[in-house]
Amino acid sequence: MILVLPIILPLFFMVVLIFTRRWLAFQQHFSLLASVILILVSVILLIDVEQNGIATLQVGSWIAPYGITLVVDLLSAIMLITVSFIAIVIMIYSPGFIDKGRQSAGYYPISFGLLMGVNGAFITGDIFNLYVWYEVMLTSSFVLIALGGSAEQLRGSIKYVTINFIASVFFVAAIGILYGLTGTLNMADLAFKLRTMGDIPYLDGALMLFFIAFSVKSALFPFFFWLPASYHTPPIPITALFAGTLTKVGIYTMFRFYSLFIVDNTLFWKTFILVIAGLTMTIGVLMAASQFDIRKILSFHIISQVGYMVMGLGLFTVGGIAGAIYFMVHNMLSKTNTFLAGGLVYQRSGSYDLKHLGGLYKASPLLALLFFIPAMSLAGIPPLPGFFGKFFLIKGGFEAGDYFITGVAILVGLFTLFSMVKIWNEAYWKKEPEEVKKGKVSRRAIAATTMMAIAVVLLGLFAGPVSEITVEAARQVVFPDLYINAVLGK
Amino acid sequence: MLFLFAILIGVLYGAAIYLLLRRNIFKLVLGLIFLGHATNLLLFVAGGLTRGFPSFLRDLPGEVENMADPLPQALILTAIVISLGVTAFALVLVYRFYSVTKTVDLDELSENE
Repeated sequence: MILVLPIILPLFFMVVLIFTRRWLAFQQHFSLLASVILILVSVILLIDVEQNGIATLQVGSWIAPYGITLVVDLLSAIMLITVSFIAIVIMIYSPGFIDKGRQSAGYYPISFGLLMGVNGAFITGDIFNLYVWYEVMLTSSFVLIALGGSAEQLRGSIKYVTINFIASVFFVAAIGILYGLTGTLNMADLAFKLRTMGDIPYLDGALMLFFIAFSVKSALFPFFFWLPASYHTPPIPITALFAGTLTKVGIYTMFRFYSLFIVDNTLFWKTFILVIAGLTMTIGVLMAASQFDIRKILSFHIISQVGYMVMGLGLFTVGGIAGAIYFMVHNMLSKTNTFLAGGLVYQRSGSYDLKHLGGLYKASPLLALLFFIPAMSLAGIPPLPGFFGKFFLIKGGFEAGDYFITGVAILVGLFTLFSMVKIWNEAYWKKEPEEVKKGKVSRRAIAATTMMAIAVVLLGLFAGPVSEITVEAARQVVFPDLYINAVLGK
Repeated sequence: MLFLFAILIGVLYGAAIYLLLRRNIFKLVLGLIFLGHATNLLLFVAGGLTRGFPSFLRDLPGEVENMADPLPQALILTAIVISLGVTAFALVLVYRFYSVTKTVDLDELSENE
């Protein structure tokens, strides 16, 4: 029964928060408490899955292929924990950063709507249900990105809403075609049928539609252009929440789909995904290097880093997937952390533009450190987790014998270092320009960012034990029999 | 029947893409609406077209293969509600954008990028 909690609890919290919209202090404390409860539930789920294998729940006792199934395997549990942790940090950070108008306009309840959608997408075992959770998540994100309604935000939202609606249309069309081909929507049952029914015509077409839908959501080449055009418009905590969660849901779904549904033409799909991964990494990092707005550099970086995760997927060995999962966890934390640190810079100096910043290292070593840790982690400096993530991935690449993509990954790592050093040089080391105004940085925001930075460091220090769990999770992804048997009860 | 549906879906998709490529943001929203409808119809057709037979009821004449599959219809119901919600949101957004910036032109929208 505990399986239902990651979905039911956010819904409950959202309802409570909607009705208490006017009491800001209550909202701030309650949302923090609520996210702590969410992480506790996720940890219990992880322990349960670790000990008893994949957990399933047939909602309403409808047996597997007919009803909606909820499934938690190790990968889902890891994602749930990471997302809940990000939620905690964001909830601490937000009150000091987001203005009162936005807060009382429903920032907290809608954030929990977003969390409900994200958790639902991680847990569900049914493709149409997955689509519904995607929509819950996206609709919440539409509201969050437009909340406050400045002209710049509205401009970003129109692009965001349009492109995501088009991607959802692809998703629904693919579901319709897949249902027409196989007559089932349950993911495990679909996987089972695809393995036993033999040759199904048009299957690759439907899968390609799915792939397009998910690559739009997770900002893969060539569908990434909407992300930098819209992510820099809302206030930083919202961007950080999006950066930490939304694109990774797309990647998570790709992991699921690839492991369950790619049965024939594996060589084509592998090559195709590796090519896309290489292009995504390279183009993302090159475009990041050409920007001067902190938020834009970081937004383009999301794209480049997503490429790494997809690379692990393309390798599709236990080593590669384990590396990708570790990298994903690291990236969700570090990326959120860099955005939060960028927000601190903004509070201190009133600008995101590198040309108008400077001297922050001298003015506030703490701020500098809080940016330095995740930035170096993203660039892959040991002993921070970014190093281990890339190390596992590159090791996986060599073991799988895909030297070209591995070489690209190493090169892109160097460029990442370059653009992080660029922010560092311009914002922290350069002499402070005369006209910079000195704002006050909120204590809560600093505390939240520190918490995230500590989490990043810890993830690096405990890379050993964490990677054991990710390898186990990768095994469950690479050998889908476990998943299929757990759901269908065979 | 299937042929007619295919033509209809194709026309709807064509119209949707044409509208999505316009510069006016209100036409963009119209394009989104068409896109949603085209896809819902596609979902409908994917479930198989059967005429004159209910889906679930027993004791009616007709073989199993003549029955309509109820699931796609349930799916469309959900999909329609979702696309209605998104459309409503997009309309409000576009209206809000117009009242803040006094323009409906996408080219002016992408200024300062």
